[in-house]
Amino acid sequence: MDVGRHPNIRLLAYSEVEKVEGELGSFQVTVRKKARYVDEAKCTGCGACAEKCPTATVDSYNLGLAKAKAIYRYFAQGIPSTYTIDSRYCRNFQEGKKCGVCAKVCQAGAIDYKQQDQLIQLEIGAIILATGYDVFDARRIEEYGYGRLPNVVTSLELERFLSASGPTHGHLYRPSDLALQASLPELEKSCKKSAKGFEKYEKELGQTWQDFYAAYQRGELKGAEYDEWAEQVRLWQRLSDELEKKKEQAASRQTAHRIAFIQCVGSRDIRFNRHCSGFCCMHSIKEAIIAREHDPEAEVFVFGMDIRAVGKGFEEYRNRGAREAKVNYIRSRVAEITEERDHTPVVWYEDTKERQVCTMAVDMVVLAVACEAPAGLKRLAEIVGIELSDFGFVKTRFSEPLDTTRSGVFVCGCAQSPMDIPESVAQASSAAARAAQILTGAETLRLAS
Amino acid sequence: MSSAQCLEIDHPAPEDIRVGVFICHCGSNIAGYLDCEAVTRNAAALPRVVYAKNNLYTCSEAGLAEIRNAIAEHKLNRVVVASCSPRTHQPLFCSTCAQAGLNPYLFEMVNIRDQCSWVHMQDRERATSKAMDLVRMGVAKAIFLEAQRDIESSLVRKALVIGGGIAGLSAAEAFADMGIEVLLIEKEAQYGGLLQHLYRLAPEGVHAKELIEGIVQRVTAKPQVRGFLSAQVVAVDGVIGSYRISIQQADRDVLQETVGCIVVATGAVPFQPDSRYGYNGRSVITQAELEEKLAAGPLDAKRVVMIQCVGARVPEREYCARICCLTAVKNALYLKEANPVVQVHILYRDIQMYGAENERMLWQSRGRGVRFDVYDEQRPPQVGESAVEFYQPLTGEMQMLPYDLVVLSTPLVASSGARSLARLMRIPMDQNDFFMEAHAKLRPLDFATDGIFLSGSARYPATVAEARAQGLGAAARAATVLFKEKLVTSALVAEINPETCVGCQGCLAVCPYGAIGYIPERGICEVNTILCKGCGNCASTCPSQSAVLKGFTPKQLLRQIRAVVNA
Repeated sequence: MDVGRHPNIRLLAYSEVEKVEGELGSFQVTVRKKARYVDEAKCTGCGACAEKCPTATVDSYNLGLAKAKAIYRYFAQGIPSTYTIDSRYCRNFQEGKKCGVCAKVCQAGAIDYKQQDQLIQLEIGAIILATGYDVFDARRIEEYGYGRLPNVVTSLELERFLSASGPTHGHLYRPSDLALQASLPELEKSCKKSAKGFEKYEKELGQTWQDFYAAYQRGELKGAEYDEWAEQVRLWQRLSDELEKKKEQAASRQTAHRIAFIQCVGSRDIRFNRHCSGFCCMHSIKEAIIAREHDPEAEVFVFGMDIRAVGKGFEEYRNRGAREAKVNYIRSRVAEITEERDHTPVVWYEDTKERQVCTMAVDMVVLAVACEAPAGLKRLAEIVGIELSDFGFVKTRFSEPLDTTRSGVFVCGCAQSPMDIPESVAQASSAAARAAQILTGAETLRLAS
Repeated sequence: MSSAQCLEIDHPAPEDIRVGVFICHCGSNIAGYLDCEAVTRNAAALPRVVYAKNNLYTCSEAGLAEIRNAIAEHKLNRVVVASCSPRTHQPLFCSTCAQAGLNPYLFEMVNIRDQCSWVHMQDRERATSKAMDLVRMGVAKAIFLEAQRDIESSLVRKALVIGGGIAGLSAAEAFADMGIEVLLIEKEAQYGGLLQHLYRLAPEGVHAKELIEGIVQRVTAKPQVRGFLSAQVVAVDGVIGSYRISIQQADRDVLQETVGCIVVATGAVPFQPDSRYGYNGRSVITQAELEEKLAAGPLDAKRVVMIQCVGARVPEREYCARICCLTAVKNALYLKEANPVVQVHILYRDIQMYGAENERMLWQSRGRGVRFDVYDEQRPPQVGESAVEFYQPLTGEMQMLPYDLVVLSTPLVASSGARSLARLMRIPMDQNDFFMEAHAKLRPLDFATDGIFLSGSARYPATVAEARAQGLGAAARAATVLFKEKLVTSALVAEINPETCVGCQGCLAVCPYGAIGYIPERGICEVNTILCKGCGNCASTCPSQSAVLKGFTPKQLLRQIRAVVNA
């Protein structure tokens, strides 16, 4: 908000750097401003377009846990508040289909299906990279079953579940129960559809299908046609039994009560990332404490090697977690996660303090997925002309922690190394200081000499 | 007669008040859960409301234009917007009013989203009725709003940095390169702080002395930097933009200076273990002492045992000091590098090698034969005459480690002068005597007091790279003040009526910003309007209603309350 309103800041959202030429003090940067198909100057962000858009897509802000529309805004408080058409899904951009609903409902006349990508040339004195990070794809650790076992989720997914504005409005339902709930309408539909066939033969036979089926079972009606009709009744019965059963299950669902947090998922693991992701110990403790706030009876377990609570107030927070939220820290390495019936995950781990291999059944497992260099960083590094470390993050020297290998290009936050929020915020100010040093002249001389 | 009634007689309601009310749908955020049309109709019927309008997004350019036009067309002299949070949008609406020639302090904001539609999503009818109540309250208050003028104050484009270690030097360097004159104060006889005493620095192996001397030379050579060695700040007075400070340099007269901003970078010191774990300064030493030994020359110890968390993560000092594990592993690596046959054994609780390069050091040291074992805080290692005994949970057995040298990793603790500086500058500390930032996550380098910033280990133990980054960052934060054309602060501050103040000083005790002073000659209290943040503590404490917060006067608040109580 402050940034969006600041007179000295020009935001170029939905844009990517294509080319960087020149040198510190005078870079020429080419930026591709991608077509939104919505005029930023006109869009008021009212959301009427998304409300009426007939095409449902996946809500990437809610990590696919909720639905979005083909014209969307990443999240409600985003800056700028302009909507964007996702041309991969929008009917107008798909062959042979016509829609135009958003253009019709937009009072501001902001929809522009013909909008093109724009190349913008910028004269820049210094560049700061703040490209953040990607999370590790937990599917790569097969033995943890992410993607296969419904009640194994990532820490970021849990954040969405715990959020009042998230897909479950802050209720910690098990994904398997949510899937069950979500399957009900479809089942109901097929149930109704199969019952629809009954009307036809009720008309033909002049009796209710119940009477027909009773007569058929008594052996009074014989023939291939009757067999087929009877088969349809049985199908309907199967579907309707299943529906009843699932409805019952769905009605009796409870929120996740026992929750296991697995640390170092893709971090400190020679198969994937050797580095420590720095912040996951703390966010697992935080999530455990919040889960307890949502459900004071919840039992929370954190499985990890070292619990790295190294920031200001962090160790105190970890102790508070143990004291007040009864967070159980189990010094261990988790080998595997399996599943019992009802999709109950079972954690197999070695308790390195007790020298035992143990199992624990829980309602939900949360994987503290690693912080990785973002996918596009390699390409960006080539464009900007900087080196990356063998971890894939931007290379710096420790004595100049904000300076990349190219003069005039600085880095802050997780693009440089995994770090938490205060550290990132402090670094952002530092990178700005480095840039200001250059832009005000004196520093240019030192670097040149 | 109650004091509230007195106030009414003092300020009769003016007759020419013309209020405009704007009800925002916030897309479907508000309109989805309550009836905005009904709220608008209801507002239009309120006394002195001459214009009421609802729009999809009041904050959109179209919505703002409507406000501007309505001010001109309907001669509005009060504007009420019922929408979201004033935290995010009040400045926008205020400046819109100002653009249309209306004093921005004649604007009132009502939150019918965060405090209404969002919390009553299940009950449309009652959410609508609550929104009506809130709007009525806002209008009732708006009628009695008074025009104010922003407070302008002087700005001295000069900075003071307290502490000449890596953080302070980095801050001074950044100021100087930005063209800002800076006073750099170091209490010791030389700059460099802790780095003067360290050996080599991970991960690149630079000698600490070389690094710091390079920086000291670079910084002190800059014409914008005025350095003061063996010096201390003895008095601080004033506010953001013009802090008056007194500097006492050894054997000299006290020097008076005025600066716009101050960066606190006073560092921290290694904890001395007394007799913990058999500390004797010879065969059982601290990590800091090991650094000095290594810097002085090769070590002859062949069997070294390091013990982590000595005096840290214990009941009397709960915090983890962040850098001691890094230091231990780094020194283990350099011991191995100097002599590969040296056995180094590190006993730890959690090995805190956070991040990418630090974790690399951990596996490098493992690869080079440094041994690591966990110990339980309930069963700490015992340091004997010639061996360290500890319980190894992995095998379930006690183990003896013969040693030539035991190195205790002790935490960095707040320096002894931190407390008096905190008192002098009226800045807060945490329970460990580290200085406390304005916001743990979002404002790590700011103090709550405007114009004062912090960095390095005075905030919390930091590595060299972190301290340097924070020093630079604190300078950038200060630069956002020092590069302003002029300092302007909100007029919504407290004032104390000298006629009725009896000098009880109740307000003085509750002011968290030190903004109230007692003037003994006159027997009354007075508000420093630059320091005042408008929290209202004084106003709600004052027994004679002499302390009044502008924009939240008893009259305005009582009108607001009556608007809902008498409905």
